[in-house]
Amino acid sequence: MTRKRRRLYFVIVGMLALGTSVGLVLNAISSDIVFFYSPTQLLTKHIPLGERFRIGGLVQRGTLVKDGKTVTFRVTDHTNSVPVTYTGILPDLFREGQGVVAEGRMEPDGVFHATEILAKHDQKYMPPQVVEELKKHGEWKGG
Amino acid sequence: MHRFANPARFLRIANAVYPWLVAATFLLMAAGLWFALFDSPPDYQQGDSVRIMYIHVPSAWMGMFCYTAMAVFSAMALIWKHPLADLLARATAPIGAGFTFVCLVSGSLWGKPMWGAYWVWDARLTSMLILFFLYLGYMALANAFDDPIRGQKAAAILAVAGFVNIPIIKFSVDWWHTLHQPSSFSLFAAKHSDIAPSMLLPLGLMALACQTYYFMVLILRARAEIASAKIRTIRMAQVHAAGGGE
Repeated sequence: MTRKRRRLYFVIVGMLALGTSVGLVLNAISSDIVFFYSPTQLLTKHIPLGERFRIGGLVQRGTLVKDGKTVTFRVTDHTNSVPVTYTGILPDLFREGQGVVAEGRMEPDGVFHATEILAKHDQKYMPPQVVEELKKHGEWKGG
Repeated sequence: MHRFANPARFLRIANAVYPWLVAATFLLMAAGLWFALFDSPPDYQQGDSVRIMYIHVPSAWMGMFCYTAMAVFSAMALIWKHPLADLLARATAPIGAGFTFVCLVSGSLWGKPMWGAYWVWDARLTSMLILFFLYLGYMALANAFDDPIRGQKAAAILAVAGFVNIPIIKFSVDWWHTLHQPSSFSLFAAKHSDIAPSMLLPLGLMALACQTYYFMVLILRARAEIASAKIRTIRMAQVHAAGGGE
């Protein structure tokens, strides 16, 4: 085996070993890497009352109530949903049917008290006219 | 492939394609910016903020492309000891770091009005920031030794090992819940792209412009590196001759 060949194998084996170990570590700490939990994950997570975390999903249609600067709504993943209350300034994209991430605590009243609301944008980009066309033909599935 | 490892042959080819790259970069950038800023529709949700995407997404792609190129050049340098491979890796690093920086800043400026935050520590943003630090670490390490050969070897090992971050960036939005949206492009879905054709045009032009810009600047930087290597060799020879004369 020439030295070049040996160095080639060394780099390949080294990268495989490094890749595998990083993969295993990331897999092990996967639940700490997620930015938020979905309402369904919340049921099995058993996060203690008063601990700060984030939940994410869609703002359930028909549940958004505004009262001054306070809003209440439900975050849903189409399987389960969680009631949320928040007082403060909302991002522009926030509305019913839109993706949302809320940071705060679960309180004893069973309501998630958010201290920060972030709007989640999806991967779709299109001009308003296209959306109007899609809505007209009943092919629109988004918010 | 090894035929191109000769610096003289590389310079001959590079000098021939360089004017074409300059012309292509200029034309593609002008057309891309025209469509991106003036002749494309606003988005139904984001309004005119969507135009940030036309610089953000190409620079993110280029940040990852340049790192991949740097890792491949570094591996070639480690395995086959081609001096030209080391030189190209070193020339690529600042370009990639620049693209990654533009990606981070433009994304941050988009994030405030859309998400409601300049920065969040989700998997996509964090792994992209790590990419930026890898570039900085590579450049620092390559210049940290008095003997450039030693610094180059250490930096090459860092570049190759850091390549594990590239698939993490790409798949972070699929593997974990992130605030960052998933990719708009899919090879396997029936619909390959979630971006309207009128917006795909400026994005494609800008992506191509950034790509030719990279090769253009790479040639400029490689020329300078080859010239400075020549100067170093001449100086060494002079020092040797002076030392031998005593």
